[in-house]
Parts: sequence; structure tokens; C-alpha cells
Amino acid sequence: MSEATSLLASGHRACAGCGAAIAVRQVLEAAGPNTICVNATGCLEVTTTPYPQTAWRVPWIHVAFENAAAVASGIEAAYKALRAKGTIPKDKKPNVIAFAGDGGTFDIGLQALSGMLERGHDVLYVCYDNEAYMNTGIQRSSSTPFGAATTTSPAGKVIPGEMRKKKPIALIAAAHDIPYVATASIAFPADLKRKVKKALEVEGPSFLHILAPCPTGWRFGTEKTVEVARLAVETGVFVLYEITNEDPLKPIVTKKIKDRKPVEEYLKLQGRFRHLFKPVKRQDIIDKIQEEVDRKCKLFGVDED
Amino acid sequence: MMRIVKGNEAAAIAAKLAKPDVVAAYPITPSTDFPEKIAEYVANGELPHTQFIPVESEHSAMSACIGASAAGARACTATSSQGLELMHEMLFIASGMRLPIVLYNANRALSAPINIWCDHQDSISARDTGWIQFYGENNQEALDLMLMSFRIAEDPRVLLPAMTCIDAFICTHTFEPVDIPSQEEVDAFLPPYKPTHVKLDPDEPMTLGPFGVPEYYQEMRYAQHLAMKNAEKVIDEVFVDFERRFGRKYSKVSPYMIEDAEIILITLGSVSGTTKEFIDKMRKGGKKIGMVKLTVLRPFPSKELIPLIKNARVVATLERNISLGYGGAIYADLAGILINEEKRPLLIDFILGLGGRDITFNDLEEIVKACEKLIEGERIERPVWIGVKKELV
Amino acid sequence: MKIEPGGAIKEPGSSIAYKTGGWRTFKPVIDAEKCISCWICVGFCPDAAIEKTEKGKPPIIDYDYCKGCGICANECPKNAIEMIFEEK
Repeated sequence: MSEATSLLASGHRACAGCGAAIAVRQVLEAAGPNTICVNATGCLEVTTTPYPQTAWRVPWIHVAFENAAAVASGIEAAYKALRAKGTIPKDKKPNVIAFAGDGGTFDIGLQALSGMLERGHDVLYVCYDNEAYMNTGIQRSSSTPFGAATTTSPAGKVIPGEMRKKKPIALIAAAHDIPYVATASIAFPADLKRKVKKALEVEGPSFLHILAPCPTGWRFGTEKTVEVARLAVETGVFVLYEITNEDPLKPIVTKKIKDRKPVEEYLKLQGRFRHLFKPVKRQDIIDKIQEEVDRKCKLFGVDED
Repeated sequence: MMRIVKGNEAAAIAAKLAKPDVVAAYPITPSTDFPEKIAEYVANGELPHTQFIPVESEHSAMSACIGASAAGARACTATSSQGLELMHEMLFIASGMRLPIVLYNANRALSAPINIWCDHQDSISARDTGWIQFYGENNQEALDLMLMSFRIAEDPRVLLPAMTCIDAFICTHTFEPVDIPSQEEVDAFLPPYKPTHVKLDPDEPMTLGPFGVPEYYQEMRYAQHLAMKNAEKVIDEVFVDFERRFGRKYSKVSPYMIEDAEIILITLGSVSGTTKEFIDKMRKGGKKIGMVKLTVLRPFPSKELIPLIKNARVVATLERNISLGYGGAIYADLAGILINEEKRPLLIDFILGLGGRDITFNDLEEIVKACEKLIEGERIERPVWIGVKKELV
Repeated sequence: MKIEPGGAIKEPGSSIAYKTGGWRTFKPVIDAEKCISCWICVGFCPDAAIEKTEKGKPPIIDYDYCKGCGICANECPKNAIEMIFEEK
């Protein structure tokens, strides 16, 4: 699918090498044109809809930052009501997909997300996670990983960047006991698209957490967006799994890793972790990140023998 | 059909008669009966197609209404006080996106300190949000104004959200006889909502709520301004049609005994009833006092108000609100419309009835006395606080 | 142009009027000999600027929109795409 048919058209103003744009293109390829999108405030919204132009070829609405899930709830309910009333045909049932970044999901939109999931709306909520508030200029969010420098978790002389670990958002979504939760990576498009289709097939809410690296905010070359996303998976930093409500406490890893690479390979590609390598190598922090990744990989069962 | 109902139920009945597609609401005292009643209608099959969304906050209530309305649904909600404040951000977006959402507000004081009783600070603070604002005096007006607000908001010349406000407890929880129109009558009065300006439909993909760059933002605000101007006319048309069909007359401003009045009191909401009785009493004593009740606060009924009040000696606004560091909101609005009139009255604002404080005849007498002093040429520092136990502060 | 009430945009995909090709410093050039028509570059292009063709032929890059990020070159399994400095 390309410029004539891509449901996210060319000409949008996202930075060169934008991971979020890749994520959205992949999601929409799987979802198809019978889809209504809700977009929280953020890079994606700003770069795709500078009035009077839009990059969207599907119906799309932006309302505010914190409420994509609530807006999506209203749209889904409206379609139910209009079908019941006979205003629209009984089989007219477009997908409703909410897109929000990590700020709009992990932080300011968490309450609305929880409400939407709990009430059981038939909505797919997609978090494109670039691990900081990129639209406002790279401030830390509760998705920013341990050790990363952002403008509000700077690598200072005393504090070496973000000192809290990333919030496990997909597990929080799964704790709502909803039909389908998954994590995905833009570097593994087949896996991502399969998960989108599965999420749209289930009745009720689903949640997809996509790691979408940001060359601007993570400070790596624009050509490396997919490479960095792939390394996140291959080092075990970002685990690809899915959870169904057959057992919401049991994530099923969809991409097992053989010979998991050391996290250092992932970290050293990115300027946001540069302070861990220069001027002096902070092996203590790198080790701590590695230990945490090892612990998580063991919990999830990531490693393939 | 006459029924004895609380104000909240009167509003809920109006919403039910409008057959909304989506109601998204969150409980808050003193408007909670509204979502309870809607939930009950839905549970009993009395609103067979309506989706009731028991959201997790007022912010999400308005957000869900925005989503629903953008998808082509008739959407409404109810709230009060802190709830309206939590919605505040979304109020601007509902009007900016030109979504004719209807909101029922029980006028309640704002924290702090937390207080569940009546004043108008909540909706007064929302008067710049681009919503049409109606203030009802009693339960009948709650029902009628709610019904009319759907039709006015959805008029293609308007396409703005509308809120109907009534006083906490004084109306919301007081039982009064209310004439309830039949479903057939309401169906004839209120056609189904069929938007063309917004639609979330894969057959006709639109982008709603885009990024408004400086080259176009001001034009979109201007379009909202024109819609508000159009609402002035549409409100009058709908009031006339409503009277023709249901026999109850409404107007944006309702004068009472103003022909020869030297002092005119400006009221909003339930205090209008008390004030009328007070005027009757004062008239018996020979005092030339009148009243103008405002039913519509936005769009501000400037054209209608000016001729009614410009010949009085003093116009006094009864304000259940305060812009701290300035004074009453209605005072400010009135001052603005009178200042360019060649002949204009003295104007003064009285702050009273905050947080559920009763407004008594004594209070109104105090107001009249202050107005008389003004007429006599005395200077009075405004705003004047009425009924405050100043010794406690 | 008239502004719709609420600012709705009724022309889907109208961003194609805005050519982002001018952002580019390096230009991807496909070596048709090396290309195996796997379309990996097509799926990874953030700007939908690479078009599939038919098996056996390389895809077509639309330089009107290509921002020159270089993901296509970086991800090409056959190193069939070269990023060339673009003289302006």
C-alpha cells in the first residue's frame, strides 16, 4: 500500500524517520478502510492535520490529549444507537481505533482508558509509545525508561537521567480482564498486523502497545528507527506478547529470542543514553538496566533455548 | 399531562422526550437524579435505542458526548459545579467543533470550601465557552428549556451546544407540578438530528478537530461568533413555535412591573419568583420597583434588555456569583451594553445567595435601600455584599 | 475555499498537496540489479513514498514526498538502496 492508497497519505509533517507514522501505517493496513480513528493530542495529530490539509483517508477525530478513549466510547455508543434506531444499516459496524502516544496513554489519558476498558466498549486502543512527550520537546513520561535523558529528566552531574522504571501499561490494561491485549513493534510488521486483526476481531475492548522509536527524541540517525525497534526486541528491552482473557495473568510471548543481545547494543545507538557511555562509562547503570531486563525476560519466558 | 416532579426529573423527562441516542453522565449532587432516571428509562426499555454510558468522570462524559455527536448522534449529559468545572476544557471543544450537545446543569457553588448548595458560579464561569445558556426559574421551565435547547442547538444556522441551568435544591429537589407534553407533540416539535457538517463515516471520510493554524483559527472563532448571533434569532423563533404548540410563553428577558420603575432588579433563576412577590409588596407601599428576569445569558440579550432598563434610575443586578477582584458577572455584561447609550441608568451589583444562603425579603429590602441612596447621589462602593456576617471575617 | 462549521476537512488525504521532498539531504536510489522486489522498504516508509510495482521490478520512490530518512536503505536485505548526497 503506498501513496495513492495508504490510509495515512504522504505529505504529513512528521519528522523524517518517524516511528509513529510507520506504526499508524501498519495498523491501518491491517485494519482497512472501514475504520474510524480517534487521535489524542500529540505529534501524530499535529503533523497529520495542519488545516486545511489532512493525511487521513479514513474518518478521523481529534478532541484533546487525555480523552481519546472516552471519545472513542462515545463514537462506538453512537453507532450502536444509530443501528438500533435504524438510522444506519444493522451491519454497518466500522472499526473504532483510538491512537495515543505514551503521554496520552500512560499519564494523562490513563483514567479515560481505564473507564473505556472497564465499560467494555468495542474499541481498539493503540498506544504508539515513543517513551516521552515528544510533541512538547522530549519531556519524561511514565513510559520513559530508566537511565534515559529527557529535557525533564536530564543527565546531570548528580542524577544520570530518568531514575524510575517504565510503567507496565499493557499489563495494566490486561488487568481490566479485557478480551485482548498485545505488545508489538514496528520492526515486526507481520506480528503487529496479525495482532491488529485479532484485536479487531474480538468483541469488546482491546489494547495494543506499539514501541515506536523517535529519532528526534531518542537521538539516533533517522535511518535507524526500525533497527532500534528491532534491537529493543532482540535485547529483551521490549517484549512482544499477547494476553487474552482466557488467562489475563498469563502473557504469551509471541517472539521468543534466541541468544538475546546485551542491552548495551541497544543503548549505545541512542543519544538519550549517551551519558551512560561518555565521558565515563556508567557500567553500574548499564548493569542495572541489564539486570532489570533479565528479570523481566525470565518472568515472561522470552529466552529460547 | 400534569405530574408533580422534582426539577431533576423534569429535565430527565425532557431528555427522554428528545429520544437521545447517547447519554453519557457522571453522578454529582445535586443533578444525580438525571443520570439515574435515564438509566432507569433505558433499563425499562422506555428508551429502546439510547446508549447510556456511565462514564468515569465528567470530563469523559463530555468527551463521550463529543465523540457521539461527531458520529451523528443526539447526545446529552447532566452535571453540576465541580463536574462542570472538570468538563470546562471540553465545553470549549464541543462548541468549537460545532456539536449541538445538550447539557443540564444544576447550579451549585464551587469549592473551596466544598458546598453542595445553590449559587451560579459554576455556569457563570462557563459563559465564555461558546455554549448557549438558559436559566430556568422553576421545574416547568427546566423541562421546557431543555426541550427547546435541543431544537435550538441543532438548528443548522446555529450548531452550538446548549446548557439549561436551574438552581440546586431550590428547584432540583423541590416537587412542583409540571405539564409534560406527549411524545407525539414533542416529535412534531423536535425533528431528528441529521448533521451534515460532521460525520464519522467510512463512506465519507472527514477529518474533525484538525490542527488550526493561525491562518484559519480566527476565522473559525468568527464563525462561532456568527453562529451565536444566529442563535439570537433562532431562539426567538423557537420560543414562538413552542408557545404555539404548548401554550407556554418564553422570552429571553421577562420584564415585571417596569413601565414606571425607578429601580429595576435583574435576576437569574429561582430568585425571580421571590423577587416578584417582593415587588408586589413594595408596590403596595408605593415604591416604583420592577424586575427583569434573564432566561438567556448567552447569547447575551443586549437588544432586548437595553430598551427595558435604560429609562430606570438604578439597575441592580442580583448576583449569585462573583468575579473576585471585580464584582458580579451580570453587572459587567450590563455595563458593557449600557455604556454607549446616551440615556442610561446607574448600575450596581449585589453579591448574595452564595453557597445556598437563602435570599430573603430583608436582603431585597437592603438592596432597594442601597439603590435609593444611589438615586439620592450617595456614592456606594461596589460590589455590595448582602447578608454577610461581616463580624466573622 | 469555505471553512466548514467546526473546521471539518472533507478532502481525505489532501496532505498530498504538500510536497515534503524538499526536506531531503540524501536521496535513496535503488539498484534494480540487486532489488529482489521484497517490498520491505515499502512497508517501512513512514511517508508512504515508495510504491510497489510488479515482481521482478524494483519499487518506485516518489521523490516529491521522500524525506530522505534512509530507513529503506538501512532495512534493505540486499543493500540495494544507496543514499546519495543530493545537490540542490
